[in-house]
Amino acid sequence: MIAEAPVPRPTLPRTFGAMMAREFRVLRRNAVSTFTRAVMQPLLFVFVFAYVFPKIGGGFMLGGTSAAGAAAAGSITFATILVPGLMASMLLMQGIMAVTFPLVMEFSWQRTIEDRALAPVPIQVLAIQKIVAGAIQAFLGACIVFPIVLLVHAPGQGPHVHVTNWALFIFILAAASLLTSSLGLLLGTVMDPRKMQMLFAVILLPATMLGCVYYPWAALNHIRWLQMVILINPMVYMSEGLRAVLTPVLPHMPMWAVLLALVGGTAVFGYLGTRTFTRRVLN
Amino acid sequence: MTGASGCAIRTGDLRKTYKSSRGDVAAVRGIDLGVGSGEFFGLLGPNGAGKSTTIGMLTTLVLPTGGRAWVAGLDVVADPVGVKRRIGVVTQNNTLDMQLTVAENLEFRSRFFGLSLREASRRAAQLLDVFGLSDRRKAMSTDLSGGQAKRLLIARALVHRPDVLFLDEPTAGLDPQTRVNLWDILRVLHAAGQTILLTTHYMEEAEALCDRIAVMDHGEVLASGTVNELKDGAGAETVITVRYEDAIPADMTARAGLAGRPGVRKVEADGDYVRVFTREPEGVLGELVTAGSAAGLTVRDATQLKPSLETVFLTLTGRDYRE
Repeated sequence: MIAEAPVPRPTLPRTFGAMMAREFRVLRRNAVSTFTRAVMQPLLFVFVFAYVFPKIGGGFMLGGTSAAGAAAAGSITFATILVPGLMASMLLMQGIMAVTFPLVMEFSWQRTIEDRALAPVPIQVLAIQKIVAGAIQAFLGACIVFPIVLLVHAPGQGPHVHVTNWALFIFILAAASLLTSSLGLLLGTVMDPRKMQMLFAVILLPATMLGCVYYPWAALNHIRWLQMVILINPMVYMSEGLRAVLTPVLPHMPMWAVLLALVGGTAVFGYLGTRTFTRRVLN
Repeated sequence: MTGASGCAIRTGDLRKTYKSSRGDVAAVRGIDLGVGSGEFFGLLGPNGAGKSTTIGMLTTLVLPTGGRAWVAGLDVVADPVGVKRRIGVVTQNNTLDMQLTVAENLEFRSRFFGLSLREASRRAAQLLDVFGLSDRRKAMSTDLSGGQAKRLLIARALVHRPDVLFLDEPTAGLDPQTRVNLWDILRVLHAAGQTILLTTHYMEEAEALCDRIAVMDHGEVLASGTVNELKDGAGAETVITVRYEDAIPADMTARAGLAGRPGVRKVEADGDYVRVFTREPEGVLGELVTAGSAAGLTVRDATQLKPSLETVFLTLTGRDYRE
């Protein structure tokens, strides 16, 4: 029973690779539900705001009026504002769904986290693996959502998307994915499982509504205090970063601020999340 | 104290104190254990004795607050990764990966330990066969019965041929038949030379399986040795307890002359009961009944425990064993 078995030769990369393989096996098994979850919110949003509203004649003139600084102000559709915003909001949702929810489950009741914690790697590696796996899931979600927000709109209401720097676009997407999964790890390790509903009310909803998803940051110059307050929201930099690379016709934050926030935020959340994760696994 | 060559497990004054806002809780208060290679060792004690905390420290998931511990010759604090490579752990809870099938649980665990894809699937098939789970290989692990899940947990702990196998309360909550089946599996493993450390709060389980036992309570090891050593040492006596309908008069036991009987080591009288620890139990029960009626008391109930781990526990702690 014990003999006649290959002698194990674990190395850190092998174990890390096997853990990632496990994530992909699960992702593949749950692909339909995972990506339906990712797609529904942005899909319905563009459908209502870029198709239904223009059709029924109401519609938001938000893009045209408040982004007055833009040269081509009059021609900016709401869809143009929505494309980067909805991708950013989807990233946040995916990062949290992919990391926070499973983690809270693993820490509660049966403490299934102990299974992975007994793998022959330091506990910190486990935390980093969760960040990377969550980021990949968020990134894949963004790739699926991109064509949807691009293509769903009423005639003449299409977004003006113009990517000049693909490398920078991919980098921003990757950095934003890592930021959300790091935040997901931190939330998953500090959340009380009995108060999970609070996550939507206290984190997801404010982060999205006040995260420059539905309006560019520059347009908030009419409400100066709000413009300043929401700078603490990591979502702002994700939306604005994607806005800068996807829809440069709109006013957007300077790239240095975006990069600093995305990379710095990932480092801070990643560090804190790994620390609280290790503390909760080892008691 | 130095490292432990030849010892599969060794601890020196190992301690764990949990700090909380309501004050510190000492879960383990300095224990010294030595488990030899190939030995089947049992940590026996009631719930809350500190067994799980001890196993947690030995398996690197609980950080000691004092003392040291070595598993397979490696310090659990200084080299947790090295220790994790050499141990298999069957946790008390069902920690199977709920997102994976039965076979995948074994395959991925094998790959975590560095086996190639092909080696992992071969190892999984081999263990599923040995543990009688081959026909459930494609089932999700959440669909297993309690006994099947436990078998899979043990199989999973063995994928990488660990030097030491830890089992935390492996049969708690299982039905009697499943429990006996599990005992058979553990006996086979032991016969094959596997070093095993098991915690249990079932006396008969420790007695049935273990070469040596450490009796724990309130974070301390009260006694350790083989079952026979323990019985000969602390608990060789039969324990006779008689409970009366009313409180006993203070001088009743003295008047009955129980303490002077041959073989009697100790007589306890408290409230409504008298307890006698003796090597020669014959006639003691009758005398307690007679002494009672002489004092105008009727017997409510009487128990006579032959030397067993239960009497060992009673002798060591002065308390009934609470499971």
